[in-house]
Amino acid sequence: MREITPRSWPAFALIFIVLAYALLLLGFPFVVIIQRAFSEGIAPILETFTDPDLHHALWVTFVFGSIAVSINAVFGLITAWVLVRHRFVGRGFFDALVDIPFVFATPIAGYAVILLFGRNGWFDPPFPIVFAYPAILLVEIFVALPFVTREIQPVLGALNPEYEEAAYTAGASRWMTFRRILLPEIWTALLYGVVLTFARTIGEFGAVSVVSGSMKGYTETSTIFVFRTLNDRNEIAAYSVSVLLCIISVGILLVMNGLKSRFSASSQQPKVA
Amino acid sequence: MTDFPLAARGVISANRPRPSYGVWGLRFAAITYLTAFILIPILVIYVQGFRYGLETFIESLSRPAALSAIRLSIWTSVIMTVINTVMGTLTAYVLVAYRFPGKKLFNLLIDVPFAVPTLVIGVMLVVSYGPQTVLGTFFADQFDLRVVFATPGIVLALLFVGYPFVIRTVQPVLEQLEPNQEEAAHTIGASPLTTFFRVILPALRPAIITGALLSFARSLGEFGSVVIISGNIPMRTETATTYIYAQIEGGNIQAAAGASAVLLFVAFAVTISVDIFLRRRYA
Repeated sequence: MREITPRSWPAFALIFIVLAYALLLLGFPFVVIIQRAFSEGIAPILETFTDPDLHHALWVTFVFGSIAVSINAVFGLITAWVLVRHRFVGRGFFDALVDIPFVFATPIAGYAVILLFGRNGWFDPPFPIVFAYPAILLVEIFVALPFVTREIQPVLGALNPEYEEAAYTAGASRWMTFRRILLPEIWTALLYGVVLTFARTIGEFGAVSVVSGSMKGYTETSTIFVFRTLNDRNEIAAYSVSVLLCIISVGILLVMNGLKSRFSASSQQPKVA
Repeated sequence: MTDFPLAARGVISANRPRPSYGVWGLRFAAITYLTAFILIPILVIYVQGFRYGLETFIESLSRPAALSAIRLSIWTSVIMTVINTVMGTLTAYVLVAYRFPGKKLFNLLIDVPFAVPTLVIGVMLVVSYGPQTVLGTFFADQFDLRVVFATPGIVLALLFVGYPFVIRTVQPVLEQLEPNQEEAAHTIGASPLTTFFRVILPALRPAIITGALLSFARSLGEFGSVVIISGNIPMRTETATTYIYAQIEGGNIQAAAGASAVLLFVAFAVTISVDIFLRRRYA
């Protein structure tokens, strides 16, 4: 389709409707929450940001987010490679499984962990999982599982396997083949998947609040912090941490956008087809 | 492709590397990863649901609160899907067809709902449309319409969360459309509206349906924004996900099983239809 400069009035009306809808739905709430966060001046915001409970919540969010990202990066990469390059019975089934976390209601994911490891659960783990850190990690790996695999699969599928095979036959080790042939082609997709995974784990709430027990200063994540302060009617704290999380996620969006333009820049060059 | 595959030229013909232990190890790792993190959670939900027999399962589903929650989830998601499909298709069309100032920024803004935590989306909507706000009072006075802690608020939250889905599935298809088809339609005298409905829309149908199904599935499972904006009043504003959450928090483990199983079943059905519509192009 060709892009044109609008001239007729229906064209202008259409653009107006679309922009007005976006501004009212997405833009307006952003402005309001920033305004409300600053409504009582800077002092209560400073008080919120010096709260050790918030520091701990951010620490939990970022540390377990990062561990979940690392695990999903390594296994997501392996899974993408196996699903694209291998032919085996049940491949289609496992391929379809990858999308499940996209549509899985997150409290149900937490529910599954409780059923498995909770009190009177199916298993009796030697160390506490539910209402402790391991459960947070488990559900964060789950909710963000599809991203790395789904970003890498199309790129890998467009690559000719013969180059890997040629390198391998020419005496390169598997690791060398991966480092020198595959990684240069897929690293942007891998990075993109990693950023998406990270964004997903930061924003997770439903599953984490079910399994973590939401203990202040222990298993409380930053989204749970917002939920608790909102229920405690400490509105400035809830709003200002909401704004902080918004800034972080818009920052992530900008990084993703930068990566995307890298994507299209690299696809301009002749590609191994 | 200009150069022949190496195998066709006989260079590496029979030398395909035989599956080594390493390759088997990787396949084992991938299957274990998917089984442990996806297959087992699904099985656990269904086994628990039917653990005490079909009757207990049906009983957990037929509680009035469970039924009303599932019904509310489905119909708010349907309303959301209808609005989102129309607005998403229009937005994608405007983005591809017209040049206007600020378009780059707008294109970036579209992905915001993917990145912002859903709980924060709920908080933002409550402070914007809540009872004590300018818009909240306006709607209450003029239309006698309560937005927050009522069903319109749930639909609003779902619209925010699902905003990018239809746009991002339709936009690439529109970009690929051949401009000469529209021009041909225009030359033989079709009005822009006829061109849109007869030429452009049929080409977009699979993408629109895919986007609509994805946003519907996403809405059914939405929790973070809904738990804030709905007020969670049982039998009135409690959706399936908030019902499940309330049951688990209340230690009523078995009561959550039926609703969870139904919700997951619908989500799977949607995913499978999307798979059929899209037909993966790689692999």
